[in-house]
Amino acid sequence: MNWTLILPELALALVGLVAMVAGVLPKRDTTFGVSMGVLGGLLLAGVLVLAQPEGNAFGGQYVADAFTRFMKLLVVAGAALGLLLAIDWNAKEGLSKFEFPLLVLFSTIGMMIMVSANDLIALYMGLELLSLSLYVIAAFNRDSERSSEAGLKYFVLGALASGLLLYGSSLIYGFSGTTNFDRIADAISSAEGAPFGLVVGLVFVLAALAFKVSAVPFHMWTPDVYEGAPTPVTAFFASAPKVAAIALLVRVAAGPFGDLVAQWQQVIVLCSLGSMILGALAAIGQKNIKRLMAYSSIGHVGYALMGLAVGSELGVRGLLLYMAIYLFTNVGAFAVLIAMRRKGRALEGIDDLAGLGKTDPAMALAMTLFMLSMAGIPPLAGFFGKLYVFLAAVQGGFWTLAVVGVLSSAVSAYYYLRVIKVMFFDSGEALDPRPASLSMVLAGTGLFTTFFFLFPAPFLAAAQAAVAALLG
Amino acid sequence: MNAAGFPLLSLLTFLPLLGAGILLFVRGEEQAVAANARWTALWTSLITFGLSLILWFQFDKTTADFQFVERLDWMPEFGLGYHMGVDGISVLFVLLSTALTPLCILSSWEAIQSRVREYMIAFLVLETMMIGMFSSLDMVMFYIFFEGVLIPMFLIIGVWGGARRVYAAYKLFLYTLLGSLLMLLALLALWYAAGTTYIPALFELRIAPHVQVWLFLAFFASFAVKVPMWPVHTWLPDAHVEAPTAGSVILAGVLLKMGAYGFLRFSLPLLPQAVEWFAPLIFALSVIAVVYTSLVALAQEDMKKLIAYSSVAHMGIVTIGIFTMNHQGISGAIFQMLSHGVVSGALFLCVGVLYDRVHSREILRYGGVAKIMPVYAAVFMLFTMGSVALPGTAGFPGEFLVIVGAWHANPWVAFGAALGMILGAAYMLWLYRRVIFSRITRDDLRVLLDLSPREVVTFAPLIVLTLWMGLYPSSFFSFFEVSVAALVTRHEAAMALPRLAGM
Repeated sequence: MNWTLILPELALALVGLVAMVAGVLPKRDTTFGVSMGVLGGLLLAGVLVLAQPEGNAFGGQYVADAFTRFMKLLVVAGAALGLLLAIDWNAKEGLSKFEFPLLVLFSTIGMMIMVSANDLIALYMGLELLSLSLYVIAAFNRDSERSSEAGLKYFVLGALASGLLLYGSSLIYGFSGTTNFDRIADAISSAEGAPFGLVVGLVFVLAALAFKVSAVPFHMWTPDVYEGAPTPVTAFFASAPKVAAIALLVRVAAGPFGDLVAQWQQVIVLCSLGSMILGALAAIGQKNIKRLMAYSSIGHVGYALMGLAVGSELGVRGLLLYMAIYLFTNVGAFAVLIAMRRKGRALEGIDDLAGLGKTDPAMALAMTLFMLSMAGIPPLAGFFGKLYVFLAAVQGGFWTLAVVGVLSSAVSAYYYLRVIKVMFFDSGEALDPRPASLSMVLAGTGLFTTFFFLFPAPFLAAAQAAVAALLG
Repeated sequence: MNAAGFPLLSLLTFLPLLGAGILLFVRGEEQAVAANARWTALWTSLITFGLSLILWFQFDKTTADFQFVERLDWMPEFGLGYHMGVDGISVLFVLLSTALTPLCILSSWEAIQSRVREYMIAFLVLETMMIGMFSSLDMVMFYIFFEGVLIPMFLIIGVWGGARRVYAAYKLFLYTLLGSLLMLLALLALWYAAGTTYIPALFELRIAPHVQVWLFLAFFASFAVKVPMWPVHTWLPDAHVEAPTAGSVILAGVLLKMGAYGFLRFSLPLLPQAVEWFAPLIFALSVIAVVYTSLVALAQEDMKKLIAYSSVAHMGIVTIGIFTMNHQGISGAIFQMLSHGVVSGALFLCVGVLYDRVHSREILRYGGVAKIMPVYAAVFMLFTMGSVALPGTAGFPGEFLVIVGAWHANPWVAFGAALGMILGAAYMLWLYRRVIFSRITRDDLRVLLDLSPREVVTFAPLIVLTLWMGLYPSSFFSFFEVSVAALVTRHEAAMALPRLAGM
């Protein structure tokens, strides 16, 4: 039973080990083969996740249900798309090393374990497996000072967050006597009022997770790391790990600490408000498009957290949809960033997009759709993401969140529009032709963003099932 | 259920989108693509217009119910559906949209030379959004179309506009977006309270007065910007001046009506107490708009800006009419919306004619045009008269009824509106005198050609409409007579009810 439940992770790990050996043994460059192998492994993992039975394994440390299925599919899709974006870029930058796809693969295993974790220890294991892989790929361009700085910065701050998490976990363990989520929930509901130490522990755990999802006030690392890391790595950072960390946050808040909603709600509300406002205001002055996307991602986390802050079933469903839509829109936008290359040199300035509307109308159109979707303009996908979380906030009577949310949406529309303005209203030289892999990703995510409104039903149903599994 | 026997409104809405989709795949030489794009866009919009005439002939004028209704499930677990339908208030705006779009495409035939294909795509998408907005019976769909208009309009102004186009495009987008997002919150609150997004079902909802106030303010934030009402009108002159001619025509002709339509569709039926409570404020703002922007119009040196300010003044009369809450006022407001759509659209086309030839919109740049372009002078004359509401032209019945309605509500408001008419005559006639009459001051004007056949074809339908609406307004009033009566009755019934608590 245990082994069949954890089959997706096992299969992925096996693919990783085989790929590692296959990468080392031959004398010639094996990057492409390993990349394809890893992509195949991710695909396999996706299929296995779909076929995964539901239940608990390893003494309740690992759980598989509709929620984990939804999140794992997103994570696997995000990782596969991220890898697809990176292959060509790495080759052009001279970073073609077979370790890259492997690190992506191992971080994906970490994310899947995070999503399925039902125990503080399993949670920590998954998180660290993810983080260690991320530290390395942030600094993957080791000859670049900026990349090394990004890796180091991420490592130091990430280690701090891990410390917070462990400290919080030990407090929780000390006051509840268990690390298992189900039994923590029992301990909280049985005692007359939760012990104070438990609440303190919870706050530490929340702080660590807020660091991982880069919510205000734990967002400081985000712009620097996003700017410094190689662009495909940034794309990866902003998609799959973010989704996984949000999943973990939701799982921890709604699962074991569901009865302490009054305690964590205030924290999440503040994080959400802060993230939305900062994401809207700080991005305005940015000239580097990766920094802009960093602040934009902070803002999006704020909107997603709004769903959690409301604490209702509808809110969590809104959050799940928001993250799904965010993931695909974001990967699409980063595909455009990765295609920004002129005479072989990668570009990062917003102004470097100038004239794209004339020189490459298809890509400019796609980027326009991504930007408008992120700004929440109907009928694009991003609008529906916002619609569901705002609806939840209004139903829960969280008017402050809702009003701040719409106001910051309007402000953030300014900088999304600026990207469109630069592409269509200014003139500039043509970019280098984009590789086929990017065109594929652009077409896929572009179609999803544009036509989500035609087929929302399967996503809604999947999110609904996930919420039902999570909240019981 | 559906008088046409097939999903007419959906077809009208999405046919232009189909045309835009076809244009996306046109390939070839730049000149050939441009020519193809022009003809495809023109035929698409003409076919759409032709189909929309079914509405004109088959619309049942004896009922206030929604007609040509279509229903489909969309997101049933959220209570969201795909609902289309028109009543007496919206049907003529659908027709206005379908009628103005081919004229806009025709007027851009030679004026737009760069990126013709993209321009035509933007216009067809815009048409889809406009028709969809006027025929949505679902709040969320309404919102989607209402906001979706911004995307093509932003690009039309930003890409094909004048020198300060970027500023104007931003201003239009951000002003409108901020207002709309607040409206979104109100829609969500209604959605939560009613459990449905089907607009006719919302009419049954009784909302507590203190809640109505908040909802009204949220709707007001959006619609007042869109109308636009003083003091949030400042985006309009900028947008008009920078937009290409056809963009101005659609902006004045249809987009401004969206705000007033929103008041009629949401604020009036849903929030009767709040409407009554806020009416004095609306009157004050509207009278200020009418008088102040008329004075501002007098001082303008740019023809387009002058007409833009006159639009603000005319829309002020519309908002006065809507909030009188009596039959004359509302009928007059709707008629004024239609006539303003035709007349101000035509005036922008008139400015476009001169601009295409001389590339200047400055009033002082012209003079004595009547001697060089007599046909044009006559056409311009007719629309100037329409704008100053001369009896016999389209402008008169609407303004007259609004003043009558306003007299019932508050004579001072009627006085303000009448003052606006007088000032309107002043600035429009002065504009006409300076541009068309007086001596020819510049020699380069002498070589100007009079209206080309294409321009005559563009103006002809507008001339016919202006005279028809002025001479026989009943054929238009008859469409919304019953719906307006129902609206007024419902409002009076709601005001007579004792105040109900709880939402």
